[in-house]
Amino acid sequence: MSMLAIDKGGPSRKVKYGSMSRDRTWALRWSYFFLVLFAAFSLIPPIYMLITSLKSSAEISAATNPWWVFHPTLSNYFELLTSNQFLRFFWNSAIVSIVVVIVTMLISIPAAFALARMKFWGSATLATGVFLTYLIPDSLLFIPLFKMLAVIQDFTGIALLNRWYVLLLIYPTLTVPFCTWIMIGYFASIPKELDEAAIIDGASWLQTLMRIFIPVALPGLIAATIFAFTVSWAQFLYPLVFTTSVDQFVLPVGITTTLIKGDVFNWGQIMTGALLGAAPPLIIYAFLMDYYIAGLTAGATKG
Amino acid sequence: MADAVVEQGRLARAASPRKRASLHNKLGRKSTVAFFLTLPLILLIAALVLYPALYSVHLATLNKSMQKFVGFGNFTFLFKRETFWMVVKQSCLFAITAVIFKALIGFIVAHFVHNIPAKGQRKWRGMLLVPWVIPPAMSTLAWLWLFDPSYSAFNYTLSFFGIGPIPWLGDASWARFSVILVNVWYGAPFFMIMYLAALKSVPDQLYEAAAIDGANWWQRIWFITLPMMRNIIAITTLFSLIVTFANFDIVRILTSGGPLDSTHLFATWAFQVGIQSSDIPLGACVSLFMVPILAVAAIFILRDVSKRGNES
Repeated sequence: MSMLAIDKGGPSRKVKYGSMSRDRTWALRWSYFFLVLFAAFSLIPPIYMLITSLKSSAEISAATNPWWVFHPTLSNYFELLTSNQFLRFFWNSAIVSIVVVIVTMLISIPAAFALARMKFWGSATLATGVFLTYLIPDSLLFIPLFKMLAVIQDFTGIALLNRWYVLLLIYPTLTVPFCTWIMIGYFASIPKELDEAAIIDGASWLQTLMRIFIPVALPGLIAATIFAFTVSWAQFLYPLVFTTSVDQFVLPVGITTTLIKGDVFNWGQIMTGALLGAAPPLIIYAFLMDYYIAGLTAGATKG
Repeated sequence: MADAVVEQGRLARAASPRKRASLHNKLGRKSTVAFFLTLPLILLIAALVLYPALYSVHLATLNKSMQKFVGFGNFTFLFKRETFWMVVKQSCLFAITAVIFKALIGFIVAHFVHNIPAKGQRKWRGMLLVPWVIPPAMSTLAWLWLFDPSYSAFNYTLSFFGIGPIPWLGDASWARFSVILVNVWYGAPFFMIMYLAALKSVPDQLYEAAAIDGANWWQRIWFITLPMMRNIIAITTLFSLIVTFANFDIVRILTSGGPLDSTHLFATWAFQVGIQSSDIPLGACVSLFMVPILAVAAIFILRDVSKRGNES
């Protein structure tokens, strides 16, 4: 009886496996085909940036194949990297992003710790409020913020408009809510026994945070840091509104406003500038891809 | 035996008042500590997010020199302008079309990445996420150059297929298409990565059971993948709707709203009216029109988030 059943099952199963594996091979081929297509679509602009950045102005305006570099030159890079103006943009961007990352961490780690572990009056509402704040876009706030800064400047006499350091004040509104939110998620996933044990051993709240929460939630911390850095590095609207003179510009605004002079587009330099401006986030991404992706997906999958 | 228990109980009782006092003390301290830990966050949000948001409502009711209260004057002025209605239409068209295509492409690409052997997935995922990593202001410059009318790489390539020079940014319909294309290029990787994470969390047993029941690939997607991913799809779409609706960088750099204001979104028009023409109240008024859509999306997201909170 059982022999019979196996005999009967055998061949039909085998056939099915065969067709399934053939389906599978075809599915795989199609997958690769479309992936190549989509990857090409994704990578055309950055690759084109690189191609153009290696060309001289003469070659760009000549009607040759735009997808190929016939006389590669690094002159665009030399020109930009020795121009004080461009280095100034780079420096402004770097200092703004780094300080904003530090400020963001100093605000959001303690807050996330309190919201994840110490239940107090209004803590649940505050956590939801933090998330809602993250959903308020910059394009809703730039006009009232501009007016607010102007009023404060008139009132106190402290120069705020057209100063790069005002960005240190404004950028945390973009980074802190999200960083707090994902840190709440990471902190909440730490088992309670761990910090209870620390409290029993006589650790203070600060020690629990420094010795237990931060080391255990380090991956989340790195993800939040990367997020804060890339957001402040890429921000375009606020610096465009709040800064107007060239020496106060950060990189995105500097490249789009100073390298495009009227109708004259020096494309070789613009693409070189754009590539150099895209480099820091790309380098971070290349080395810390897993953290980057963890931070990206944390907003929806955690919390 | 019993003696020992009694002894222990007495010891515990003797120790308890002191212990309770210290616990109470600790609890009292705890909420103060918690308040101080969250204070910077509360101050930041109150001063630089909530206050400006309310302030913009106030600004929207002033006249151009900001000295006279005009009530809904700015709003009625906007309703009478043709450009305003064009901006409303274009913003909705831009956001909805772009989000649909981002979601579709993200879904399809996530499946392809999920299909290939796990070993190679990292590499592909890494390449496909590049558009999301480059600051949008920088990558839009590359697109601007690709769209360039005279030396454009796109038109050069298309000329080999006998397709005449396309005015990518010069003609209203093409310009609308181009800004959407760039937005889809920038945003689709985000959907891809979210859907990929969701696909990985669907248990394989479900697919095996479906395969045994003889389900074809369409049924597997419709009855297993989509229901399992429903939550992530909803939250990603709503989130992206907010971001796309409030988009500024891409349109500002590609077209600055032109040709003839046909590609303006709320954000870029508010910038032009409020900052460039320095009519701050009118600009504030324009950007306030984003609030209803943002609020609806935010309510849905919040419902989803709190539901998830209750589950866990």
